[in-house]
Amino acid sequence: MSSTHAPAHRERTTTIPAIVVRVLFLGAVLAVAAFTVPLMIELKQWMWLTVMVLATVAIFVLYSTKRFVPGKYLFPGTFFLVVFLITPIILTIGYSFTNFGDGTRGTKEQAVDSIVANSVQQTEDSTWYNLAVATQGDPVEGPFTLFLVDPETGTVYRGDETAPVQEISADEVTVTSGFVTEAEGYTILDAREVNAAYDALQAFAVPISDTSAVRVQGANQAFEGTTMLSYDDATDTLTDSLTGDEFTVGKVGDTEYFVDADGKRAFSQSWLQSVGASNYERLFTDAGIAKQFGAAFVWTLVFALGSVLLTFVVGFALALVLNDERMRGRRLYRSVLLMPYAVPGFISLLVWSNFYNRDFGLINETLGLNLDWMGDPTLAKAAVLLTNLWMGFPYMFIVSTGALQAIPNDVTEAARMDGASRLQTTLKVVTPLLMVAVAPLLVASFAFNFNNFNAIQLLTEGGPFLPGEYTRGGTDILISMIYRIAFGGSGADFGFASAVSVALFALTGVLAAIQFRFTNVLEDVN
Amino acid sequence: MSTSTTPRIPTAPLAPVAIPRRMSPRRWMAEIGWRHLVGLAAMAFAVFPILFVVSASLNPLGTVSSSGLLPKAFSLVHYEALISGSRGPFLQWYLNTLIVCGVVAVTQVFLSTLAAYVFSRFRFAGRRIGLLSLLLVMMFPAILAMIAVYTMISDLGQVIPVLGLNSLPGYIVVLLGGSLGQVWLIKGFFDTVPKELDEAAIIDGCSHWQVFTKILLPTLTPILATTVLLALVGVLSEFLLGSIFLTADDKKTLAVGLYGLLQGDRSNNLGVFAAGSVMIMIPVIILYQFLQRYIVGGSTAGAVKG
Repeated sequence: MSSTHAPAHRERTTTIPAIVVRVLFLGAVLAVAAFTVPLMIELKQWMWLTVMVLATVAIFVLYSTKRFVPGKYLFPGTFFLVVFLITPIILTIGYSFTNFGDGTRGTKEQAVDSIVANSVQQTEDSTWYNLAVATQGDPVEGPFTLFLVDPETGTVYRGDETAPVQEISADEVTVTSGFVTEAEGYTILDAREVNAAYDALQAFAVPISDTSAVRVQGANQAFEGTTMLSYDDATDTLTDSLTGDEFTVGKVGDTEYFVDADGKRAFSQSWLQSVGASNYERLFTDAGIAKQFGAAFVWTLVFALGSVLLTFVVGFALALVLNDERMRGRRLYRSVLLMPYAVPGFISLLVWSNFYNRDFGLINETLGLNLDWMGDPTLAKAAVLLTNLWMGFPYMFIVSTGALQAIPNDVTEAARMDGASRLQTTLKVVTPLLMVAVAPLLVASFAFNFNNFNAIQLLTEGGPFLPGEYTRGGTDILISMIYRIAFGGSGADFGFASAVSVALFALTGVLAAIQFRFTNVLEDVN
Repeated sequence: MSTSTTPRIPTAPLAPVAIPRRMSPRRWMAEIGWRHLVGLAAMAFAVFPILFVVSASLNPLGTVSSSGLLPKAFSLVHYEALISGSRGPFLQWYLNTLIVCGVVAVTQVFLSTLAAYVFSRFRFAGRRIGLLSLLLVMMFPAILAMIAVYTMISDLGQVIPVLGLNSLPGYIVVLLGGSLGQVWLIKGFFDTVPKELDEAAIIDGCSHWQVFTKILLPTLTPILATTVLLALVGVLSEFLLGSIFLTADDKKTLAVGLYGLLQGDRSNNLGVFAAGSVMIMIPVIILYQFLQRYIVGGSTAGAVKG
């Protein structure tokens, strides 16, 4: 370990407060572990269980003795780095080989339950309930909870997709004219919101028992009906009790579904399963997707390179012009030019997004133009670059000014003595010297912009989109395209989005290699 | 990056190098005057969006079409609307943001400082590899793994509800994934402090922890404070994870909340959004002005703002 420190430490005796603090700390760690480990086992969260056990062991090894001094300092940061940066990357690689996404989040068991519950049909003796839809999350996305009032008895029930219908006491809710109007901890959706969520609610069934469930009908009614489908474990088939049709597990595309006798997909529900490399095959062989990916990649490069070059050229030029000792007010210039750098990025982007409005935007209005900035892909790209220029040039200006002032005067004087003009001195002497200092920063800035999600999402949201196109708009760079595949309007496809992420990780790795070369960092770690 | 890890704190602007004789106006224009013209143009470009925000925040109509660079009327209605919370719990967002940014920035810099101390002062097996892999890992865009982070946190929330989705502590621990982001920068600062200082302290009987807290930290306090500020402004702009994690209105940060406000009704909420922006932007701009000389040093050392 630390050879320079070792002798001094051996002579020292440990103080009592230090021991007390250490014992308390280790005890607290043990208590947290003792509390969480059983829960994690119960919930089958093996990943978190591993993290918890390893972290506890590491803490005891590192902090219970006087050895491993560097480890004591490195552990806290490394812990967060490994858990929240490296583990997600590994998980992402794992996801890229699955069909993880909307409708395939759960286990096969859950998919079967959902299919069976959805087969509920209304019968003549169905019980009807007065319905109120509530949520603890988002009024559009759910998850939704149903509050039911039996109009005859006035009994109140509550249920959602995971928790079966159960009676609740009337104190928990406020019932007005037969409907639940308030419930503690829930937001009750109004008629307009129920309408907006109608599609989701149509596919919504709350199980009561194995053979019956509650379904939503209209905006404020729900009925209890019996399930038409039954599942047989032994043969792994679903049987329709009305028609006698049988559905077995079969592959559609790369994912297993329940299929009918002709092998056609009978239900949209599926479950999380491995799909091999088919996400990657889709990325690289599907002509449409490969083209999208390629186009996004090219624009990502143009955007990142363009941003670096524009900001640097403007920033450097300003630094050259304003770094003249004979000028008055240089401090003022510097203070004012620093301002865009101080404005938090998300504000700058949101403010700029208002400037490009075709009819009322500041730019069209001031310059008397009628350009459709956000509707035309080329103009939208120009808008993104212009905004990024505003956000980035102060940084380059500051950096260049600093580097310029670090160049000794005698160098430029010597050049002038030798008969070089002012321009020649600037181009042939000052610029190369400055590039040595700022080149690593330019590469870092390129790497940053390569994955500059905010610059796209907050300014254009990737738009403009071609008709019928959801995954990539005119200004989408790779990272915002992944966001749209994963969370966009065309349904979540986490598996495929993960595959694209892994591809982007690989590209970032190449970038890192280039950066290492540029900065010679490998040679002088000392 | 190595070439620039030493903070380059520029020398204070030199006193004008004696102006021996007055130049003729034409010569002045050719030598210096045009520089002022360029400078003024650059200032106009730098300042106009900021002017726009301020004027939009004072414009009582609060629409895109009625807002220009100069306020046409003066009114504080948007500030009142914000403070009263009629367009969303703005004060709650402000508080959430302060908590998130404060905790994350301070913890990040502190943990980075701990690691940087070891990398600067100790020689141990795996040191070189550790430093290099740190550089590599920090280059990977963490947000690419957002899906995995989302499922991880949703799982963790079942065990420890306070660290789950839609909770500030959950969001904070995720952002702490970048805890070693400033190691290289701060290691550069440590390297500038002569080793003889801590060697002397060790001879006097200081432990490694005392060297760290009593000798090195006090020496580096100003530059570390600036690093915290830069980190804080970086966290302030974190939007992607926030928009996925924090969906309840009273849990949002300013970035997520103001974005929602503007997206919800762009034409009518501009004034309120602008007022909110002014209340975030002005304190930061003022702080930056005070800390200018340190920021110039810090940014040259390779901190790229997010």
